[in-house]
Amino acid sequence: MTWNAKDLLGIEELTAGEIGTILDTAESFSEVTLRSVKKVPALRGKIVVNLFYEPSTRTQHSFSLAAKSLSAEVQPFSVASSSTTKGETLLDTARNLQATGADIIILRHPASGSARHLARALTASVINAGDGAHEHPTQALVDLFTLRRRFGRIAGLRVAIVGDVLHSRVARSNLWGLLRLGAQVVLVGPSTLVPREFENLGVEIHHDIDRELERCDAFNFLRIQTERQAAGLFPSLREYTAMFGMNATRARRLKPGAVIMHPGPVNRGVELTAEVADGPRSVILEQAAHGLAVRMAVLFLVSGHAPQGQGSDSAVQGASSPATTHNERS
Amino acid sequence: MGCPPGGGAVRTLADEAATRLGVGRIVEWARAHALPGAALVGIQTGGARLAEAVASSLAAGGKTIPMGLLDITLYRDDLAMRLRQPVVRRTEMPFSVDGATILLLDDVLYTGRTLRAALGELHDLGRPARVLLGVLVDRGGRELPIQPDAFGIRCDVPSGERVEVDWSASAGPRILVTAEVPR
Repeated sequence: MTWNAKDLLGIEELTAGEIGTILDTAESFSEVTLRSVKKVPALRGKIVVNLFYEPSTRTQHSFSLAAKSLSAEVQPFSVASSSTTKGETLLDTARNLQATGADIIILRHPASGSARHLARALTASVINAGDGAHEHPTQALVDLFTLRRRFGRIAGLRVAIVGDVLHSRVARSNLWGLLRLGAQVVLVGPSTLVPREFENLGVEIHHDIDRELERCDAFNFLRIQTERQAAGLFPSLREYTAMFGMNATRARRLKPGAVIMHPGPVNRGVELTAEVADGPRSVILEQAAHGLAVRMAVLFLVSGHAPQGQGSDSAVQGASSPATTHNERS
Repeated sequence: MGCPPGGGAVRTLADEAATRLGVGRIVEWARAHALPGAALVGIQTGGARLAEAVASSLAAGGKTIPMGLLDITLYRDDLAMRLRQPVVRRTEMPFSVDGATILLLDDVLYTGRTLRAALGELHDLGRPARVLLGVLVDRGGRELPIQPDAFGIRCDVPSGERVEVDWSASAGPRILVTAEVPR
């Protein structure tokens, strides 16, 4: 079990051991979510702030529930009614939150790199809930957890990520996690939305989903954003769906045991037909359920490493304050 | 049971024979309380090993009793103070805690804080009718008013030393004392 960081900023910088630690810890929290009292005192008295500059239902709700299940106090932060409207910077906002006692800040922000920017400046823990097109680490961890539960492993699986990879932080985080744990990754979508450069990372790129149907163990469908169509990146939603959407006909050709994933929300009739989204291959609701255990695990792990006072360098961990040496005694 | 003299980096508090006698005392205590509605609960990880040993001794004598595992990491009162990441292990209660007579088992009883955490967690899982406590080693040094209903070995060990049960030896478990290290 290895975890030494006060923040979770992305998957790219994690080792396979660290990813494994998060997934193993999530297994323990999975049991907690099945109890009748779904609450443990592990983060009692900690203050967790949801600092969301972009809209979110799932991720924000999931983090909020996870923090409450750990007995933490959850403070929502509504950007629209905050001093951001007066021009207050991200850093000033976060520093103020830290000054009033925030222990963990969960950040979703349109600028790539914003989470690291914050993490360097704060002693509080920062969890990246999506920064621009860069990373969405907890979504990838949920997807990896779901796959590991289903298949018993990640290594050797062939996983297709389908859709608008270019603009997707979910695709990037998933890609890093899958590669780090030894899976084969295939990116599938129109050439305008799947940049060739990604081949340098060790993934395959195909623009034809039909040739992958019998080959992959899992298909992770990314949400198509209609703004991209308006920008001329593909001719129409219908054409996208015809070429890359999953329907019952395509689903019949899947390998036994292959699963269909989607981070949500699903555009029914675009990425997936309703029949497939609700069908036996779909693990979309499992992903949603696992989100709680995974986020509990992430909150628990980062909270164990916030320095006790001074020093914002996340490389200084553990023995930062000799006065708090503590011997385990039962 | 007397305490062997101190000194030296690692010393044996109880060898395989003495430990076997201690486990035997816990087994007899558990057998006397293994009535309908009773269940063993072992605290991860040492108490879980003890519970397995007790359960298999009882089974060999024809008595089966449900057994649960309890990981108290999330209920520790010192989570914020630990230097190393604590490992959260499985908690499983394959029986209803409500109304059960719980024979709670741990290998080493020292300050009593682990037991306090265990009682808190058990009461979040349900409402037991009774909780009885059996420990293999009571080493003194209590910081809370918690006492065992049964113990295998009693021996006061000073606070700078750590008492551990070595379950790994093929000849059987034995109890060791080492110098305390910061955790």
